[in-house]
Amino acid sequence: MNPIAFVYLATVLFGIGAAAVLLRRNAIIAFMGVELMLNAANLALVAFSRIHGEIDGQVMAFFVMVVAAAEVVVGLAIIIALFRARQTISLDEPAELKG
Amino acid sequence: MFTAPDLSYMAFAPIIIVLLAGAIGVLVEAIVRDAATRRAAQLTLTLVATLGALIVAAVQWATTTEAGVVAQAGFFVMDKQALAWQCMLLVFAALGALLFAARTRAGEEAFTPLGSAAPGSPEEAEALRRKLEVTEVFPLLLFAVGGMMTFASTTDYLALFVALEVFSLPLYIMVALARRKRLLSEEGALKYFLLGAFSSAIYLFGVALLYGAAATTSYAGVLGAILASPGDLALFVPGAILVLVGILFKLGAVPFHTWSPDAYQAAPTPVTAFMAAATKAAAAAALVRIVFSSLYPLEWELSWMIWTVAIVTMVVGTVVALVQTDIKRMLAYSSVAHAGFILVAFAGFSPEALSAVPFYLLTYGLATIGAFAVITQVREKADDGTVGGEATRLGQWAGLGRRDPLLAGAMALFLLSFAGIPLTAGFIGKFQVFAAAIDGGGWPLVLVAVLASAAAAFFYVRLIVLMFLTDVPEDQQEAVEVDYHPYTRVVVWITVIATVFLGVMPVWALQAASDAGVLLTGL
Repeated sequence: MNPIAFVYLATVLFGIGAAAVLLRRNAIIAFMGVELMLNAANLALVAFSRIHGEIDGQVMAFFVMVVAAAEVVVGLAIIIALFRARQTISLDEPAELKG
Repeated sequence: MFTAPDLSYMAFAPIIIVLLAGAIGVLVEAIVRDAATRRAAQLTLTLVATLGALIVAAVQWATTTEAGVVAQAGFFVMDKQALAWQCMLLVFAALGALLFAARTRAGEEAFTPLGSAAPGSPEEAEALRRKLEVTEVFPLLLFAVGGMMTFASTTDYLALFVALEVFSLPLYIMVALARRKRLLSEEGALKYFLLGAFSSAIYLFGVALLYGAAATTSYAGVLGAILASPGDLALFVPGAILVLVGILFKLGAVPFHTWSPDAYQAAPTPVTAFMAAATKAAAAAALVRIVFSSLYPLEWELSWMIWTVAIVTMVVGTVVALVQTDIKRMLAYSSVAHAGFILVAFAGFSPEALSAVPFYLLTYGLATIGAFAVITQVREKADDGTVGGEATRLGQWAGLGRRDPLLAGAMALFLLSFAGIPLTAGFIGKFQVFAAAIDGGGWPLVLVAVLASAAAAFFYVRLIVLMFLTDVPEDQQEAVEVDYHPYTRVVVWITVIATVFLGVMPVWALQAASDAGVLLTGL
């Protein structure tokens, strides 16, 4: 199978993830959109790595995974703190910040 | 095949000092139980680390006879440009640490006693009663600064991504730790986090595309690949655009600015002071290095984007700032407008920008830290005489010149520097940036920038008029109190002196900026 197909798939996944961040109002779903975008980039890195016939891109994917894991820790901590205070994680409900 | 990297540890020394001190800070958190001792230890550690790293960086600057050294080929350089940014970031960090440690007269600090307790919960009341303190903010500050210094010095797109996260993650947490208005603080942190994570994902996908096109992620490798394939830019152009979007997010340029007013308003004010100055400096540093050492052959494909974003940013930042009624929010939109002025320097990719941008960020950052430090000192006072949170409504600043002429005078100086009035540092900074743009053939952009500066002067001067020429309303005499803490006042006076000095005697700093106007390719 031609690895360029995975690059197209990665682009589609990236688009879906970006749409989830911009359109969904639930903080968790929006956050999942971000994770989908990061993993789309991973897929593209690995596919390009295969196309170039080297392993640099695959090593980069590991870096991205570690960073994404650290990001999940911080992100979920903030979301949980907010949920405890307000009993909702809708991004529409927060109305303290305006203008 | 993997090959062992050839590292020049001496060149990494400032970053190693800062990150190591951050790790020691975490250890101090675990060992020292008494809150007061821990706080003193953390503050000392942070100041020693930042000032020590500053000295090391300054020595490197003085002993480097040529442009600098390549610390690791294709990955990391310590040229004079990088050293200039690192010194600037370390100064901002030291000033920020002092603000972090400041308290009100009643001994109240700016951070919540327990970040995990819900606002208004019994746990929070218990934490307040036991006088717990979140001294983790100092190690978080050090980690953020370490990430920013790496951000300014790396020459690899993937390392830039890792550095981006290293400095962003501590900032997300610090934004959520305000002592008062905790719901607002957590909400601002969530917005900052989601948009920040979104932007870094966009940046990363751009990196993946550049890797696909160039088979390497070093700046020099991408540059070489662009030059080698002039006809086939199908992957380079979208990759470069996504990378720039990611950086412009951090810079706070319109339409990627939506996080900045929320995060600036919601964060504890000392964090806002540090974040506003240092994040913008780090983002500008990375933008300079990327544009001038990697993407400049794509000028024709990218300049439309930089021009559009610069114009929209200046106009939106200025116009929206005019209608703000909250002072932190007003300064946030003013910082958006400043992001536009920074982008003006990139018109035509003139090499003058290599000196103009660091100088501009220095003047902007000093005035920003000073202005937010003043904001921490103006407090609401309840009828029973207890001093509350910061008085951030513009109306509450009426007559501040009567209450504390020196403090109000300092604020007026910072506002004039933001506006770019002669004899303040901001004037020299704006002049440098506009000169760089004219050198690159961007005079229409400069025209818009001058008009935007003139319009922006209106809301800066409005606040000055409010402070000095408006009387305190009759029933408000006792509603506002000027607080005092030596650390905060030290920060205010350092930034005042620096702002005046850079405005009246800029020769020395301009010489340093022009020395910094060199980039090593990193190979």
